[in-house]
Amino acid sequence: MSETRERILGGIRNALGRGALDPNAQAQLRARLAAHARNLIPARAAVLDDAARLDLFIAMAVEAQATVARVGSFSAVPKAVARYLAAENLPAELVMAPDPSLAAIPWERWPMLQIRCGRAEPEDKVSLTPCHSAIAETGTLMLVSGAQTPTTLNFLPETHIVVVRRDQLVATYEDGLDRLRAELGTDKPPRVINFITGPSRTADIEQHIELGAHGPRRLYIVLVEEDRVSGSVEKYEQQEGAER
Amino acid sequence: MLATSRNFEANARAGLANDNLQRALGLARTGFPVRRRLAVERLPEFEELREAGRAIKDHTLAHLDFYLELYESNVAAAGGKVHWARTPEEARAAVLQICRSVGAKTVTKGKSMVAEEVGLNEFLEASGITPVETDLGEYIIQLRHEPPSHIIAPAIHLMKEQVAETFRAEHRALDPARSLAEPRQMCDEARATLRPRFLAADAGITGANFLVAETGSSIIVTNEGNGDLTQTLPKVHIVVTSIEKVVPSFEDAATLLRLLARSATGQEFSSYTTISTGPRRPGDLDGPEQYHVILLDNGRSRLLGTEFQDMLRCIRCAACLNHCPVYAAVGGHAYGWVYPGPMGAVLTPSLIGVEEARHLPNASTFCGRCESVCPVKIPLPKMMRHWREREFVKKLNPPVYRSVLSLWAWVTRRPTLYHALAELAARALGWVGRYRGRFRSLPLANGWTAVRDMPAPEGRSFHSLWAERHR
Repeated sequence: MSETRERILGGIRNALGRGALDPNAQAQLRARLAAHARNLIPARAAVLDDAARLDLFIAMAVEAQATVARVGSFSAVPKAVARYLAAENLPAELVMAPDPSLAAIPWERWPMLQIRCGRAEPEDKVSLTPCHSAIAETGTLMLVSGAQTPTTLNFLPETHIVVVRRDQLVATYEDGLDRLRAELGTDKPPRVINFITGPSRTADIEQHIELGAHGPRRLYIVLVEEDRVSGSVEKYEQQEGAER
Repeated sequence: MLATSRNFEANARAGLANDNLQRALGLARTGFPVRRRLAVERLPEFEELREAGRAIKDHTLAHLDFYLELYESNVAAAGGKVHWARTPEEARAAVLQICRSVGAKTVTKGKSMVAEEVGLNEFLEASGITPVETDLGEYIIQLRHEPPSHIIAPAIHLMKEQVAETFRAEHRALDPARSLAEPRQMCDEARATLRPRFLAADAGITGANFLVAETGSSIIVTNEGNGDLTQTLPKVHIVVTSIEKVVPSFEDAATLLRLLARSATGQEFSSYTTISTGPRRPGDLDGPEQYHVILLDNGRSRLLGTEFQDMLRCIRCAACLNHCPVYAAVGGHAYGWVYPGPMGAVLTPSLIGVEEARHLPNASTFCGRCESVCPVKIPLPKMMRHWREREFVKKLNPPVYRSVLSLWAWVTRRPTLYHALAELAARALGWVGRYRGRFRSLPLANGWTAVRDMPAPEGRSFHSLWAERHR
């Protein structure tokens, strides 16, 4: 194996007409990496103020066929979840990420919601997870794996519900990754970072877009804005037949 | 995969005569380009991003040895392992050895063009391991024992009735009277059929759209979520990919990701972009216990420093296929190997030799649309010309073709003779065609006149008219 490795690397150097890079050149390349230098960032989300960025996130997520609900507090999340499941004719049963921020939600006020904590099993129909960042640029959710956030929750069940805090909203993918590195205190990423934009889909048969190919058929984003006065649930979704 | 690129001419004729293929290509011809254009128009920086994407790839290729070594050490630091492979044989052997080490009986697969390149499915089957393709398009063509005809939409050559027929023939446990009239029903049937396969698989094989040197991560981009189930559920995740997929950092990957979905399907972003780094961590409730990367060269490193180096920038978006009039007419199977369309016309001779693939660089009108839509600005027509030159130098074209071409070159290098002959031809053809104004048939030009008339010249060559006016 290592002989193969040397032959490939040697072949590359040969073709480039040089030997291995000298320590100086290597140091320069390492410095470029350590700086996390950004390339061109589109203005679309980056130039917006916070309120406009939120509107952009919602509009882009809805365009990607997610459903978004805005609620004024964590205590309003159970109601938003229960109503959504009822409206979609889904069972009031879900598997939830064993995450402290979700455990702190007063689920007991909606006793008909049956909740299990853990990874997703094949029979689970609905999952509920937190997210790491919400990216306005394309209405994308950034989720990271960990002991409290198993990855199977994002893909196995037919319905995926994600609770997003207002302060998790960022403009770009780069902003989300910066937030993650700052939070972890290291450049070493978690095992998985999932960028999720709308539900699963395919266009492999005659280019018809069908939702729910192998992953979730539905993506429901519950956006918690604690500075919001209203206790009501405000819902945004694409109208039937408005698919792009 | 066994190449039939040698038979391009016959393959293309068969494609043109295939009604189902022509109907399917008709759908693709309009769909992809329109969606791409709309997405590009919504992002004012798209042109600048193309330039940035090109710069990232050029920088990486100029330091490819450094970034690959860095990538390898970071994969190892995260608990994974890189297996270098110079040839398809070495890549297949590495996959088999990993599968055998865990006693794998079935493996699920996310779409990987490199796996197609090394002929992984046939090899695994022959070794007693069942590969199950999980991307809907790949699953359909696996059932039909066909190769993919497009690099992002592998079953684009099929109409829904053909898919329904295949499902009826293969899913024999299901009610034969069920309706399979709509894509929705077939999509649901594939989902239900494949779900237990996902859960039972011992290993999951995916490709990679990008590898990140700084972190040792692999990135996959899918819409179905099949790649994520493939790499999350089994004990072992094997990434089958190639050396030019590496980029320095997340920031560099982010720029290329902004180009990829828009160029490919016209989406703002694909449903799932997943960055994976190593196997399951302590405390994780799911994820693979082992993480392996097969890093294939297969002739790519030889392209560095040559006139074909720019081809290694390719991010496999398929925009060049989607905008190619030749691809749209003959379909992907005509090209006879893994990579069709303009990118295939350049890459195939690079990887399997111009002797086998010499027709492909000729399968172009040089209209230039491929280069104009390429997200990393690969000069595809120019490189096809380079291959045509090599074909000529290596004496691969038929003798008649070569002697006519040599004669033509001889004449065009002698301007006085050329102008005299052109004037003679213009006068002669003008005189012969003076009544009708066009020709129904011409000797040596049946290829043209079989399907259309040739207009008769006015009777004078352009040069002589020009000379007269400027006397």
